[in-house]
Amino acid sequence: MQGVAQQPVVQLTVLQPSSETMQKIAGHKGCATQGGSGKASCGSGAGQGDLAPEIWEKIKNHPCYSEEAHHHYARMHVAVAPACNIQCNYCNRKYDCANESRPGVVSEKLTPEQAAKKVLAVASTIPQMTVLGIAGPGDPLANPAKTFKTFELIAKTAPDIKLCLSTNGLMLPDRVDTIKNFNVDHVTITINMTDPEIGAKIYPWVYYKHKRYTGVEGAKILSERQLQGLEMLTERGILCKVNSVMIPGVNDKHLVEVNRAVKSRGAFLHNIMPLISAPEHGTVFGLTGQRGPSAQELKALQDGCEGEMNMMRHCRQCRADAVGLLGEDRSAEFTTDKIMDREVDYDLETRKAYQEKVEEERQAKVAAKQAELETLAGERSDIKVLVAVATKGSGRINEHFGHAKEFQVYELSTAGAKFVGHRRVDLYCQGGYGEEDSLDTVIRAINDCAAVLVAKIGGCPKETLRKAGIEPVDKYALEFIEQSAIAYFREYVEKVKTGEIQHVEPGDAAIRQGALVAA
Amino acid sequence: MAYTIVAENCTSCAACEAECPNVAISAKDFAFVINPKKCTECIGYFDDPQCVAVCPIDATCIIDTVYPRYQARA
Ligand code: SF4
Ligand code: SF4
Repeated sequence: MQGVAQQPVVQLTVLQPSSETMQKIAGHKGCATQGGSGKASCGSGAGQGDLAPEIWEKIKNHPCYSEEAHHHYARMHVAVAPACNIQCNYCNRKYDCANESRPGVVSEKLTPEQAAKKVLAVASTIPQMTVLGIAGPGDPLANPAKTFKTFELIAKTAPDIKLCLSTNGLMLPDRVDTIKNFNVDHVTITINMTDPEIGAKIYPWVYYKHKRYTGVEGAKILSERQLQGLEMLTERGILCKVNSVMIPGVNDKHLVEVNRAVKSRGAFLHNIMPLISAPEHGTVFGLTGQRGPSAQELKALQDGCEGEMNMMRHCRQCRADAVGLLGEDRSAEFTTDKIMDREVDYDLETRKAYQEKVEEERQAKVAAKQAELETLAGERSDIKVLVAVATKGSGRINEHFGHAKEFQVYELSTAGAKFVGHRRVDLYCQGGYGEEDSLDTVIRAINDCAAVLVAKIGGCPKETLRKAGIEPVDKYALEFIEQSAIAYFREYVEKVKTGEIQHVEPGDAAIRQGALVAA
Repeated sequence: MAYTIVAENCTSCAACEAECPNVAISAKDFAFVINPKKCTECIGYFDDPQCVAVCPIDATCIIDTVYPRYQARA
């Protein structure tokens, strides 16, 4: 059991929005956010798209999907659903589900009562906690009694917490009505294929109606149930997001078809995640040497699907282990023994007051970005650059380069700053590696970026980064991310024009393999 | 006449517990266990032993050779 960490049960994730949805939301609210493209549109074009108006209403201010909200709200997971009803080649069932959670890590299992108590304790201490998710370590719908009991207990005391769940979809059609009755806010289905031949390479078996089905037969049942479940959710007006794991050589090209299939059935967001695979995870793919995609391959696929529907690029797959906002971990305060004999006073009013303050801060951030974007208006350039940002959350550049466990990557163009993903560097910075090595790995992870925006950075790494062609920038310390990124871009374009710097096509970057483990 | 669980393989995922038609399976310390007095090898209920079909780890729910095979009552 080497390398297996007992993880805190409370898993809190800071939510990130889909870049497309972000832009749509911005466009919807501000009209001029598309500024600089020369054809500022008001809600049309990249606006609401073909989302139904009532879905649009639901997501435009949703903490999970709204651009300005995502840095201020957090989600928490509780591990009440240990059993699973399918087998995936990217998963080792001795640990948590590799692509829903963290490979090589075991969550402490909770009873619904323990889970509810924990959620209330966290929510009354951390007012940002507004979304509760059940995602595993198995499949929530393979554990319906535990999953729905947890929802019931939480809904009773904390009606303001939004509920969500992630499922493989096999049992979804049978549970859609229960999901509707619990007023579940949104459901995520992991759909890796619609072609059973491809499915057979991903799923060795499914357990359905008291039988184990293998190969193409099993994959066919799974796929039919997933798509049926998705349609049923859509019919009932429940938001549905689709996750897909990108497995090069297996389903990478096929995911464009999956994208079409889920879009036509009403999924409002599609999140393509890279396969996480290493031999030490003990998964089938890990052992057969199946590789995950590079950052560029992933982005190319996401870009390829983007015309078809909303893509989500925020998923860091495993940032589910900390309690608190990005970069802070308070899970030690919420261990089961500490929670169980604590009186929890759930104070709705204080939470509301906090959340109102957050709204103000969000508006300020939008305004700042808006003002900065206007300075780009009229600017014409085909240049696109990626920058990495060190942040602890709140939408500001507020993390020291050397302390960053991950970087947020933004794509900058005259259309503005678009969030395109995370690059995690956590594992590399921990024990076993010398300082030098860890810097190398950070560089590999953000090798495709022209600059890294940080709150602070030492002289030595500065030098090394410059040599690697990545400009360290600390002059925007503590400023809003997007506003600063756009300002940086404007200067960059100026410098290219005056010939002070040369714009070069960046290299590819490596996607970190392994779980994000709380330090 | 019974199945048994190889304790060192069991992940305590509880999947088998919910599927057993005879409520023969329960949690114990670090693994789940099958009560041999209750297990009917699923005979009379399903074609396949459910614990075997649902268990994510191969060779974890196995026939316990200590007991003779279960005979359905005629
Ligand atoms: S074989 Fe059937 S009856 Fe026996 S323990 Fe397994 S599920 Fe229960
Ligand atoms: S299904 Fe298998 S791993 Fe899970 S509790 Fe039962 S015997 Fe253990």
